[in-house]
Amino acid sequence: MEQDMITTDILIIGAGPTGLFTVFEAGLLKLKCHLIDALAQPGGQCSELYPKKPIYDIPGFPEVLAGDLVDNLMKQIEPFQPGFTLGERAEDIEKLEDGTFIVTTSKGTKHHTKVVAIAGGLGSFEPRKPAIEGIEKYEDNGLAYMIKDPEVYRDKKVVIAGGGDSALDWSIFLADVASEVTLVHRREEFRGALDSVEKVQDLVDAKKIRLVTPAQILDVKGEEKVESVLLQHNDEAKRMEVIECDAFIPLFGLAPKLGPIANWGLEIEKNAIKVDNTLDYQTNIPGIYAIGDVNTYPGKLKLILCGFHEATLMCQSAYQRIFPDKRYVMKYTTVGGVDGFDGTRKEAEKAVVKKIGNK
Amino acid sequence: MQDVNITIIDREGVEHKVLAPTDMNMNLMEVCKSYELPVQAVCGGMAMCATCQCYVISDHDLGERNDDEQAMLWEAENVKENSRLGCQIPITDALDGLVIELAPEAD
Repeated sequence: MEQDMITTDILIIGAGPTGLFTVFEAGLLKLKCHLIDALAQPGGQCSELYPKKPIYDIPGFPEVLAGDLVDNLMKQIEPFQPGFTLGERAEDIEKLEDGTFIVTTSKGTKHHTKVVAIAGGLGSFEPRKPAIEGIEKYEDNGLAYMIKDPEVYRDKKVVIAGGGDSALDWSIFLADVASEVTLVHRREEFRGALDSVEKVQDLVDAKKIRLVTPAQILDVKGEEKVESVLLQHNDEAKRMEVIECDAFIPLFGLAPKLGPIANWGLEIEKNAIKVDNTLDYQTNIPGIYAIGDVNTYPGKLKLILCGFHEATLMCQSAYQRIFPDKRYVMKYTTVGGVDGFDGTRKEAEKAVVKKIGNK
Repeated sequence: MQDVNITIIDREGVEHKVLAPTDMNMNLMEVCKSYELPVQAVCGGMAMCATCQCYVISDHDLGERNDDEQAMLWEAENVKENSRLGCQIPITDALDGLVIELAPEAD
């Protein structure tokens, strides 16, 4: 095997709630996990689409914000030291003779794994790109559709376009990092959490963000990389303006696509992967499982809580596949505690057995 | 239990006459899904994807678009004067006889 390949027991495609919880259940079985996600941060839809919206049907949580659920899951799986390949889309899969798999991402990162768990939700989120001819040339050369590492923009001149939560939140964040932040939107109205909208207003008032609305970016210029953008004010004069900048970040939302997984030879029905729900959520290819919103079977419900259940059963099956000769019975965490791969141990406090008498 | 009659014209121009319950807290997008009509409803009803966009053909008064719906329709494609997001239209008695057409799917 190549040296620089990431190796793991279970490769989880999709770092949404179902994928994250898989790490915990696998960890209890001493199986190591690595996750791939097309988004720049874990949490899937919960982080990307509705982090500040409440969920009411997570057992034991009368109400939890989607973003907090992700934070909690990340904390819960921390002892099991999952690896992450973020901002890359799982592209190709190859089954080796020994039954293991090599999964390669859109950026060429290779992962060697014993079991594949597709927890891809609706598919990978593809950014909506602005209709500007030849814009591809600037991708990764100053043009980005999502922000992976905000430090890249330190002391840079940044133009952000968009009118939703991510445009607002990144404008707020980068106002303190970049030397110049210009926020461009086609309309004067923004749609986001109230506190984000108010924060941006404050930063605009304090001249830490330059707000240009209604306006749109018509073109990107630069030799090798982004050097400026051409902006059109959507007022009566349709005035044009060139804004010099180091980075252009259009945040126009993300559209999910099942993507390359659709070509992996898996049985697909109505945009979802068919699995065996009578047993272990395995697909038609042994060793590849599909859990959470991405799968389908009679009576399927796309609920986070159902994804958690599917992940749990799937891990038991994965264990059997990886260790066909080992015997194992499920153990309650209250009984067995949780032994992290990082050496930490959580366990229930022992009850005392002590006489209580009269003096 | 009170059901209303709704006609949904799919993207192939086929008319589907369906019965929609008014007492199940359902919306137009969910009615489409319950009859397995090709509405993706990617975001599940949060007015965040516009895959349930439809055109109102009959002259029913569905009220103004709400803020979320309006903001999403600013961003969506194939939007017309009579565009609405099915997920933001609750099923009420007033919808009896409504005729809608599913908007084309964006790429």
